[in-house]
Amino acid sequence: MIPTPVRITVNGEPREFPDGLSLLGLLEHFALDPRAVVVERNRQIVRRPALAGTLVRPGDAIELVHFVGGG
Amino acid sequence: MTAAAPVQDAPFTIAGQTFRSRLIVGTGKYTNNATMVAAHAASGADIVTVAVRRVNLDRTQEEGILYHVDPKRYFLLANTAGCYTADDAIRYARLAREAGFNDFLKLEVIGDQQTLLPDVAQLLAATDVLVKEGFQILAYTNEDLVTALRLEDAGCAAVMPLASPIGSGLGLLNPYAVRTIKHRLSIPIIVDAGVGTASDACVTMEQGVDGILMNTAIAEAADPVGMATAMRHAVLAGRLAFLSGRMPRREVAVPSSPVLGMLS
Repeated sequence: MIPTPVRITVNGEPREFPDGLSLLGLLEHFALDPRAVVVERNRQIVRRPALAGTLVRPGDAIELVHFVGGG
Repeated sequence: MTAAAPVQDAPFTIAGQTFRSRLIVGTGKYTNNATMVAAHAASGADIVTVAVRRVNLDRTQEEGILYHVDPKRYFLLANTAGCYTADDAIRYARLAREAGFNDFLKLEVIGDQQTLLPDVAQLLAATDVLVKEGFQILAYTNEDLVTALRLEDAGCAAVMPLASPIGSGLGLLNPYAVRTIKHRLSIPIIVDAGVGTASDACVTMEQGVDGILMNTAIAEAADPVGMATAMRHAVLAGRLAFLSGRMPRREVAVPSSPVLGMLS
């Protein structure tokens, strides 16, 4: 049986991932350092210690943000 | 350090944190990061501002500002630039605190795309929420006394009236209004936005305000490191001139040399 991919949006873009992926796994997929990125899932911040234990669910809207240059 | 100041100055303190420099600089618009790093060093600033944005998923981590600005050396002041509603600003504020190293926030809620002037109703609404959440709010606002008073009442750590619109470089358009805000509020007043060159910074500090925040004036100068150096001197000069008390303005000339003892 082929596992159903999980469809989510990441930073506004539609993406598909295998079922069971954690938010930490999502950061690893994009080669992002969890210390330098903040994860927001469905408008709620997921703090660093909870990233490994939080699984991506169908329809999730994930935002990955960091500090950039600004005035 | 440059020449020792003979006049005693009070420390520059915001919400219990003391800083050496009264100049706060931004990290946006630099043509490259090496120039920015050198300009920051030349400015003598302790506080630098940063923005919160989406990670670019298709590029490397290089674009993150923390790869270029050392948070051990600089106090990072996150902003809510680009937000047009209180709700958006609150969302960005929470993300910024999670990404950052302190509770300080440059709260900015824009009301008009052309002028980037603040929406003060949304600003006050966001301030009420964020102060309750423990943020130390430095509120970017108009040079309007009543708004500034309301922001102080709402619990802001500092009020930051504009000199002129963001990125305009028009300098201090309303020194009277900024001076009035400084006279009437007890919290620090930091002029934010509109300074274009060193004389603007100097005149602004001469109004007695506690500090200046600038980005474009340095980043868009032909030589950002040179301009950052000029700004450091201008802020020191303006502060010292304010503390030293300028002579009165007169509509008539008064000779500097004795009128007696002239040859007949």
